[in-house]
Amino acid sequence: MITKRIIPCLDVKNGRVVKGTNFKNLNDVSSPVELAKYYSECGADELVFYDITASYEGRQLFTDILKEVASQIFIPLTVGGGINTVEDFDRVLKCGADKVSVNSGAIKNPDLISQAARLYGNQCVVLSADIKRVDGQFRLFAKGGREDTGIEAIGWIKKCVEMGAGEVVVNSIDTDGVKKGFDIEMLKAVRKAVNVPVIASGGAGSAEDFVTLFKEIPDMDAGLAASIFHFSEVLIPDLKKLMKENDINVR
Amino acid sequence: MIAIIDYGVGNLFSLESSFRAIGQQVKVTDSADEIRKADKIILPGVGAFEDAVKKLKSTGLDLVLKEEASKGKPVMGICLGMQMLFERSFEYGCHEGLGLIKGDIIPFEGEIDPSLKIPHIGWNALEIKEELPIFKYIKSGDHVYFVHSYFAAVTDETIAKCEYGTVFTAAVGKDNIYGCQFHPEKSGHTGLNILKGFCELGG
Repeated sequence: MITKRIIPCLDVKNGRVVKGTNFKNLNDVSSPVELAKYYSECGADELVFYDITASYEGRQLFTDILKEVASQIFIPLTVGGGINTVEDFDRVLKCGADKVSVNSGAIKNPDLISQAARLYGNQCVVLSADIKRVDGQFRLFAKGGREDTGIEAIGWIKKCVEMGAGEVVVNSIDTDGVKKGFDIEMLKAVRKAVNVPVIASGGAGSAEDFVTLFKEIPDMDAGLAASIFHFSEVLIPDLKKLMKENDINVR
Repeated sequence: MIAIIDYGVGNLFSLESSFRAIGQQVKVTDSADEIRKADKIILPGVGAFEDAVKKLKSTGLDLVLKEEASKGKPVMGICLGMQMLFERSFEYGCHEGLGLIKGDIIPFEGEIDPSLKIPHIGWNALEIKEELPIFKYIKSGDHVYFVHSYFAAVTDETIAKCEYGTVFTAAVGKDNIYGCQFHPEKSGHTGLNILKGFCELGG
């Protein structure tokens, strides 16, 4: 049967990988190509590249770097950040991306999802949602988690999946950077609402947090994290071993 | 030289790069001459079956592919390219394929437990015919990356099986004609090792 995926996320700014606690105070970590190669060698199942400043400053993605990564690394690549039009999809797919993740672009223009799904297939369209609890409600945030849209997040995700999003990345702003584990409550709510793969993001602080995720929500598909991998706090081979010991199906 | 047939569907950058990574000369081409000159031919494919077959046939390269295959040249279809080698697909109707491999392509929907997500996306384990030269660098239990909603049932020509709610054909082989339902160019070392095994085939 299909394995649970472990996905390092590489937030890219000015050609370098960065990761900040709660998206602020960014620290330069490493070269995207070198880091991608390293992850691929040590058993990452997929890589996500986000141009984290793109949606805010309207910056173009660093497609040269993406191309270099895709010419050397042979695992699935998802690219996000600054994806606002089907031309943006086209641009990154031509550079070797397999899936394209939309966030603020879909909030500005929800039709983007259906247009892209028609052109490239649902499997290519990943909805990424930054979610935070506001007044007892799961609220959708935009612009890299800086802006409350006022939209209820679970309904938003359902709508996007109906329009053709083939996968959903759920990033809990409440747990992101805190390193005390994934947001199980939020993830359960999303998992129950849709029947496409859901990728958990935000909060992983240890290998055990991944085990808890897949034990608490057995039909969760993947876990995504950044800093704990970049700073070698969790090594992917060790993580896979621990998951295997806990009867979680891994590659 | 490996020729990857370019008939206007999908993005071939990763596939081309994967052959380069194993030290092969490779050309993405829509030229009948180049395809005739090549030692081996790759038929890629993503998207919808009907559209892809129409596009391939409109280029006339389907005939070149069949002609070269009949001479014994190794051919490999990948993902939708594998499905196109079959006789028919039931993706949105019933459409004729190239007929190089016997059998039909049918949807997962209705065949597997409804709780399983469709498409089948992710890494899954292969059960291979270990003795085949194309698999000399891999073993059963190795994982490869799949993205598909339709599949071919297991037949005598199945050379690798996989399970997703049902056991299906992950790879097919008949004489010099091969097909992979998964993406070897996205399947890490295992994928590259299958391509390597294919590149070393005689013919």
